[in-house]
Amino acid sequence: MGNAVTKDSNVPLKSNYDRVAHSSKFKQLIHERKVFIIPLTIFFLVFYFTLPILTSYSTVLNKSAFGDISWAWIFAVAQFIMTWVLCVVYVKKFAKFDKQADEIIKEQLEGGEQE
Amino acid sequence: MNGTVITFFLLIVALTLYITYWAAKKTTSTGEFYTAGGGLTGWQNGLAIAGDYLSAASFLGIAGAIALFGFDGFFYSIGFLIAYLVVMFLVAEPLRNLGRYTLADMINSRFDARKVRGTAALSTIVISIFYMIAQLVGSGALIQLLFGINYVYAVLIVGVMMTIYVLFGGMTATSWVQIVKAVLLMIGMVIIAFLVLLKYNFNIAFMFTEMKSATSHGVAYLQPGLKYTNPLGTISLMIALVFGTAGLPHILMRFFTVKDAKTARSSVVTATWIIGVFYILTIFLGFGAAAFVGEQTIIAANPAGNMAAPLLAEALGGDILFAFVSAVSFATILAVVAGLVLAGASAFAHDIYGQVIKKGQISDRQQMLAARYASIGVAIFSIILALFAQKMNVAFLVSLAFCTAASANLPVILYTIYWKRFNTSGAVTGMLTGLITSLVLVAVSPNVLAPDGSAIFIGHALFPLENPAIISVPLGFLGGLIGTILSKEYNEQKFAEVKVKATTGYRE
Repeated sequence: MGNAVTKDSNVPLKSNYDRVAHSSKFKQLIHERKVFIIPLTIFFLVFYFTLPILTSYSTVLNKSAFGDISWAWIFAVAQFIMTWVLCVVYVKKFAKFDKQADEIIKEQLEGGEQE
Repeated sequence: MNGTVITFFLLIVALTLYITYWAAKKTTSTGEFYTAGGGLTGWQNGLAIAGDYLSAASFLGIAGAIALFGFDGFFYSIGFLIAYLVVMFLVAEPLRNLGRYTLADMINSRFDARKVRGTAALSTIVISIFYMIAQLVGSGALIQLLFGINYVYAVLIVGVMMTIYVLFGGMTATSWVQIVKAVLLMIGMVIIAFLVLLKYNFNIAFMFTEMKSATSHGVAYLQPGLKYTNPLGTISLMIALVFGTAGLPHILMRFFTVKDAKTARSSVVTATWIIGVFYILTIFLGFGAAAFVGEQTIIAANPAGNMAAPLLAEALGGDILFAFVSAVSFATILAVVAGLVLAGASAFAHDIYGQVIKKGQISDRQQMLAARYASIGVAIFSIILALFAQKMNVAFLVSLAFCTAASANLPVILYTIYWKRFNTSGAVTGMLTGLITSLVLVAVSPNVLAPDGSAIFIGHALFPLENPAIISVPLGFLGGLIGTILSKEYNEQKFAEVKVKATTGYRE
């Protein structure tokens, strides 16, 4: 499609990639993705490393949770549940991001309306 | 070796050879060879990722470690699973959108520099070969135990099989061998776990109570601390496990076998479910082996505990289940090493030969030929090393591969996708720093140097931790950072392109 749409601004944009990258909707999408990914990544890493840190430097997880099952096991299995939950959350969120991305490409490059 | 075991063993051989025959007819272009034409569905690729990832070290090693060390044996399972969150949140989709056949392709989508490609290929080859030696040496010993075949023949059988799959069937055969293996492995796991739970009337609390008196460790068996007593060592290992997967070339390569980022995402989801269920079941296998096989018998069969799962299968399900689990272990080994051969060969043929030496001026037919020669080369080289390493304790090479992948590859992958200022010099320094520090630190670690002769050489370790990830991963990131800052090179436009491609999947 090459130079199907020319931009009104004064800045000459060299490629389609540039045009998309400088559109406000794309910047908004990048921002929303960051706001989603960064806190959750920090969360799951902290959650993960808390287990070996607690088992290495304390015995707090050795206490019983249910009968002979200690908190260490509960925490370990919670890691699995967290992984699956975050997986589902990610897929749901990214289905929305997919739509936004498709719209941006359509608008900017496939002859859709200019912003 | 009894009749049932031979039958199952031959069935696996026949089935995988048939898959290869079928795949060979489809493998007519470079794209087919490296990525199965990008035509796998999310389900298929998810199963293949699980098949590629769950090695004999996972299946037999972790079951054995839990049987012998209780809670501490489970640490690996946790790290290996959470690693998929790193893959999903940070790496899989941009990788799919930017790359084509190899990890180096993805990094080179931003930097068109031969030294970057060469370094990435080097790192891929080093990681794949280390991982493969660990797998081959382990499988030689294991097949010797399971099928009574001599070590040298065992390594040769595995070596020849993996070469045939890759050579004739490329990625299509490799993927389907991995898919079949993943299904068989899960069936085996579920059957054994079911039989173990049946013994405890499906009462997990009761099982835990029983485990207190099942081993010589008493209550300590259910608490952390039996195996990992050095806190920094444990944390270092956990760093390598969680960040390594997202840098392992043979796993990353799997994302090029699907058509787009969305399918890459759904394949991670499938893989994460299968891998998660698998690792949960390792608890029951480990506990079951400790209770129904017994520590002494497990250690007598193999000091590392690798025979725990097959022996448990025998104790609970007799000869048939033992034969089935042995055959599954064999399939497991084959599926993993085939993926490794392909990862190593693609780095040689596509990156080093095709792009660095021939500068991309190479026909599709020549590329295919190069890829096939490279597969044979990588296979022969690894087989020879594995034959020499028979008497060495090389199990640590698996965690070394994870550590190197986390230190050399992951920092550069993340910088390439997300850091605007990142440049060629940063990519090369980052990868080399991560690669060299992890290799050097392991070379002077207790894995290699021990005064009592339990390691490869006799001597005193200069670095105290068995896994150096706690040092080498930050150094990999720092190397990339410093290398970038020291060079003036900065291409904003190129980063805009990478950002748009990675986020939207759009290509001009």
